[in-house]
Amino acid sequence: MLSTAIVIATTLVCIALILNLWRLFIGPGRPDRILALDTMYINSIALIILFGIYSGTTLYFEAALLIAMLGFVSTAAMCKYILRGDLIE
Amino acid sequence: MEFWIELVVSVFLVVGAVFVLIGSLGLAKLPDFYTRLHGPTKATTLGMGCLLAASVILVTYQQGYLSLHELLITLFLLITAPVTAHMLAKTAMHHNLEILDKTSNKALTKRARDRINP
Repeated sequence: MLSTAIVIATTLVCIALILNLWRLFIGPGRPDRILALDTMYINSIALIILFGIYSGTTLYFEAALLIAMLGFVSTAAMCKYILRGDLIE
Repeated sequence: MEFWIELVVSVFLVVGAVFVLIGSLGLAKLPDFYTRLHGPTKATTLGMGCLLAASVILVTYQQGYLSLHELLITLFLLITAPVTAHMLAKTAMHHNLEILDKTSNKALTKRARDRINP
């Protein structure tokens, strides 16, 4: 049952990633694209955690934590950049 | 593995993945930026919480001791998601993105745009 649930959950998260990619392509403005990238990194954390459950190791949680931190920092940096035209004034 | 632990973990996994999918569906289908913003920031946080709870239960059962790595990721996402949403909404207001006609208090965006320090 657990393996079936992992397959179902992975399929749903992959569909979510494809929808985010579509929004990243058609997004009318730059904030839309930043939002799509932000959602994409959160969904990739979900995918990594599912892979960690599937393979039965706890090695991947550090990778997920790193992606979470770097994704937040990059989103904040992009927002700041297109808001002010500069990162460090 | 005992049946009820497997059941709980499977339910958490599927519910979390469904929430993640709903958030991304909102991102893809809703009409303007501000409605698109609220979809993923709420639904995805809840979905990630469910997935990480499933991971906590499974790893705790397998290793035999309480595993709290995943709570760190949950805490981090719960802290950073509102900050990101706030910064994105401010960016969208200053870029003068189109707003739905039904939106209330539309005049306030102009006031926020005209401030000296964004």
